[in-house]
Amino acid sequence: MPLDPSGPWWDGADWMLASVFVPLFGALSCFLLPRLVAALGLAAALLTTAATLALTLSVLDKGALKVQLGGWEAPLGILWRADGLSVALMAMTAAVGALVSLYAAAYFRDEVQQRAFFWPIWLILWAALNALFLSADLFNLYVTLELLGFAAVSLTALGGGAAALTGAIRYLLVSVLGSLSYLLGVALIYHGCGSLDIALAAPCVADAPAPAMQVAAGAMIAGLLLKTALFPFHFWLPPAHGSASAPVSALLSALVVKASFYLVLRLWLDLFGGGGRWLAELLGALGAVAVIWGSVLALRQERLKLLIAYSTVAQIGYLFMAFPLALAGSTVVWTAALYLALSHGLAKAAMFLSAGSLLRFGGHDRIAELDSVVHRLPLTLAAFALAGISIMGLPPSGGFIGKWLLLGEAFRQGRFLLAGVMLLGGALAAAYVFKVVGHAFRSAEREQRERAIPPSMEWSALILAVAAIVLGLMLPLISPLLRLSTASPGLAAALGGLA
Amino acid sequence: MTDPIFWGLLGMALVVMGLYALIVHAHLLRKVLALNVMSSGVFLVFIGLARRASSDGMPMAVDPVPQAMVLTGIVVAVAGTGLALALIVRLRAITGRTTLGDDASG
Amino acid sequence: MNPLLEPQLPADALLPLLVLVSSLVPGLVVFFLGEKRVRTRMLLNLGGAFLKLGLVAWMIWGVVHGQRYEVRLPLLDDLDLVLRVGALSLLFLVLSAGLWLVTTVYAVGYLEQAPHRSRFFGFFSLCVTATVGVAMAGNLLTFVLFFEMLTLTTYPLLVHRGTEAARQAGIVYLAHTVLAGVLLLAGTVWLYTLTGTLTFAPRGFVSEIADSHPGELTAIFALLIAGVGVKAALVPLHGWLPRAMVAPAPVSALLHAVAVVKAGAFGVVLIVYDVFGVEQAAELGLTGPLALVAGVTIVYGSLRALFQDDLKRRLAFSTVSQVSYIVLGVAIVGPLASVGGIVHLVHQGIMKITLFFCAGNLAETLGIHKISEMNGVGRRMPWTMGAFTIAALGMIGVPPIAGFISKWYLGLGALEAGVHWPLYVLTASSLLNAAYFLPILQAAWLREPDARWAEPMPGAQPSPIASWWSRPETRWLLLLPPLVTAALSLLLGLFASMPFSALEWSLLIAEREFYYP
Repeated sequence: MPLDPSGPWWDGADWMLASVFVPLFGALSCFLLPRLVAALGLAAALLTTAATLALTLSVLDKGALKVQLGGWEAPLGILWRADGLSVALMAMTAAVGALVSLYAAAYFRDEVQQRAFFWPIWLILWAALNALFLSADLFNLYVTLELLGFAAVSLTALGGGAAALTGAIRYLLVSVLGSLSYLLGVALIYHGCGSLDIALAAPCVADAPAPAMQVAAGAMIAGLLLKTALFPFHFWLPPAHGSASAPVSALLSALVVKASFYLVLRLWLDLFGGGGRWLAELLGALGAVAVIWGSVLALRQERLKLLIAYSTVAQIGYLFMAFPLALAGSTVVWTAALYLALSHGLAKAAMFLSAGSLLRFGGHDRIAELDSVVHRLPLTLAAFALAGISIMGLPPSGGFIGKWLLLGEAFRQGRFLLAGVMLLGGALAAAYVFKVVGHAFRSAEREQRERAIPPSMEWSALILAVAAIVLGLMLPLISPLLRLSTASPGLAAALGGLA
Repeated sequence: MTDPIFWGLLGMALVVMGLYALIVHAHLLRKVLALNVMSSGVFLVFIGLARRASSDGMPMAVDPVPQAMVLTGIVVAVAGTGLALALIVRLRAITGRTTLGDDASG
Repeated sequence: MNPLLEPQLPADALLPLLVLVSSLVPGLVVFFLGEKRVRTRMLLNLGGAFLKLGLVAWMIWGVVHGQRYEVRLPLLDDLDLVLRVGALSLLFLVLSAGLWLVTTVYAVGYLEQAPHRSRFFGFFSLCVTATVGVAMAGNLLTFVLFFEMLTLTTYPLLVHRGTEAARQAGIVYLAHTVLAGVLLLAGTVWLYTLTGTLTFAPRGFVSEIADSHPGELTAIFALLIAGVGVKAALVPLHGWLPRAMVAPAPVSALLHAVAVVKAGAFGVVLIVYDVFGVEQAAELGLTGPLALVAGVTIVYGSLRALFQDDLKRRLAFSTVSQVSYIVLGVAIVGPLASVGGIVHLVHQGIMKITLFFCAGNLAETLGIHKISEMNGVGRRMPWTMGAFTIAALGMIGVPPIAGFISKWYLGLGALEAGVHWPLYVLTASSLLNAAYFLPILQAAWLREPDARWAEPMPGAQPSPIASWWSRPETRWLLLLPPLVTAALSLLLGLFASMPFSALEWSLLIAEREFYYP
């Protein structure tokens, strides 16, 4: 079935396989040929982006796709499924991945040691991400989660300093703890239902005795929350994202935390058929606290990368505020959450890349002393400002669309507290974005110590920021993508109710 | 109590002990050991509960699928432990300490 | 079929887009120009300004003949971004486009050797793009979009000088406008969930739910008015305006006459007329409190202005007071009051920009920032002070300058609606205006001049005209704009009953849009 040479052209299933195996082979070749690492890495990035694009078009054309690895049928075999939700996230991953690769090629140009390990591990991370988005099997998801975690930890530690290592170790401990919790849940579900395939297990989960399934659900979601850094499990994120190298921080904040959020969403909708009331309210409450807590802490930071990391903590809170709003049966909140996730991915990557350029240029990232640096890099500042517009949720950006949809639902249901938190979060975000941007307009002397920034670094950040803005104009285009769903009724119902 | 339940409870006990140790101890090696104990607990739950009902009234047979999964899990745990130890050794080489600093948990 | 890939737009949908583009593109391009490319920058800015004026003139012709221009872009599943041009939009558009041209000329002269000119003119153009977007907004969502864009593009202009005072003023400005944005968004989303539409309509679009949700509508009204009222400097939300005087004079001129403050006042007009409908708003009991807020602002602003020695700050408080005339006109339910409020949009803009231009001239040429330093300056800079005098008299309400027309209609409107207290407010305000403008005029013309400019200018010719021609009192670029706008304020008053005057246009708007749709 897959890789059938007698077929007319590669079809969707082949693109699914390519999107995972191309980066894997790329990583392998990077290990084997360390001298050509940047070229091989960029080539693999390009090919993976192309494969993802082809897959997206294929799914838009034909609907959800499946492929059985090795030809084994479920429940023993491993099934990969590409529906609208997976493909939307894969596309965002490809966009961010391609531009971060471009940035990293310039960033690591002089760091031979780091470069030799960045590229292969980054490509493995990409392969893990794509595999995670495509998996439809609980244990396969565990494997991809662990792969993702280890790759992310290794990238974090790549910088080599004490801060990076401490952040990486903490991240590793948290990651493994989260995965173990998830695995415990998988064990309980398998015991109760006899299948690991999400679609097959879903009906059984609905009928199974409540306590067992609640424990399983709780364990799995708790583990994933730990990985997504939802308050109060967020403590590991700022040190890790703040002390990693700029391209790595971009990947971690934009992509890795989205993967575990995607899983929460997938399990919530497909496996648990909507989840319990108190759990949804709890998630919403934690999300609300995360928004305020993260924003306030971001405002108090003195270092730019830590500010951006706390901003991630806050933005993740928004995603979880969709859960209580969905209890009433509204389907538009999932579109809102997805939109927020996509635009945050693009915008946060742009922010971290700009911060990296500023750091590289001036040698430091203390916000109070950014004046002289920021003057000389207008493109980078523009990228940061445009990304900030999406983070603040100002029109016309992707962040605004997500916020508008979520706010509308909150008002419709009379949840004024949630609405208030969302609005306050936007105001606080404006405060910390302008805290940084305001420095561009102060008169300052020229910085003494400067290092030239290659244009590709500035432009990749700018393109990502513009993409976050343009995403705000693309809802009519993306809606059809979100309407495509798997065979599972939960997701179909949830995403089918758009427009 | 039946066999599966016994192993399941034992596994859960290991998980809880491991979790406690992970949170309470500050030394990184102890944290890694705690995680290993936890993973052993989860694997025990997995295998211990693995029984496959059969249709012709014979006693429940052992289900091989979880065994395969636990094997994978053990491999993952070993890789993770190796990674953690490498990082800890490096941290000690650079800073001379084997704790995370001023953080309490995880 | 995907809406974004539809074929060609019809010609009259292009015009609104072109109006936006005529300042958006020069703005973006100017960012990339080096500081030295003075001529290119000037060409781009002036070219864009003339193009915009031309397009607006074309649209005036069309609207007079009953044509409507509209362009839509799907943004959300059932909400589009809508730009539409009707009579009211055109009023604001003409004001914005015309005054942008004049201010561009002024700014070129004012910032002659200043640093970061490319950045300044870039944001300048973006700011006007946002303003014309506000003018052309066809629904509340589009309005919010361009309103927020206005905040973002005016901030860099405000802090342009880079001093500590500028930074502080910027923080105050942001605190106010971000809060305003939050309130505006809350009101908009809430309204949308109740009505399912946000399109501006001549009698408003809330009448269907007014009976079932009066409390919510009141809250929404408060949110929306507060949201736009910050920019319109309604008391007690006006705190950012006096501190914003640290910005260069072209910025103060643009912010006070055209962009921020007028956009806020325009927002109030839209909310009362095109969102709620003035009769519906009166039924809900909303216009009374609004009129009260306007009245308080008028008096408070005038009182504070009395005690300012810094010239620009006095003008700032005068703006706080004068813009609320528009709000008062809107809040008094009656066609004549509406006319008075709407026409004051134009009149106040032109008069106030004259005053700020003159203040800028005094600061730039002679280093004068305070009124106490202005003794006898009329001898030294007669043309500048002449323009200032005309505008100040207009503010007081002396006929036949434009300001008198607005106050006349407001007074008539109050009588028509049967309320008397606005008359007292208007009278008090005119008296206070006289109290804080006349001393300035007296100091400038009648007091003995300061020693610095007592003697005749070096190289003075025997004939005063020849002397004036060869050695003008300040740079031409700084002198022409206030003369033009002062002349305009005189003409708008003298020829108010001619077709295409601001007054006639306002009568047309009141007739077309509010009472006889």
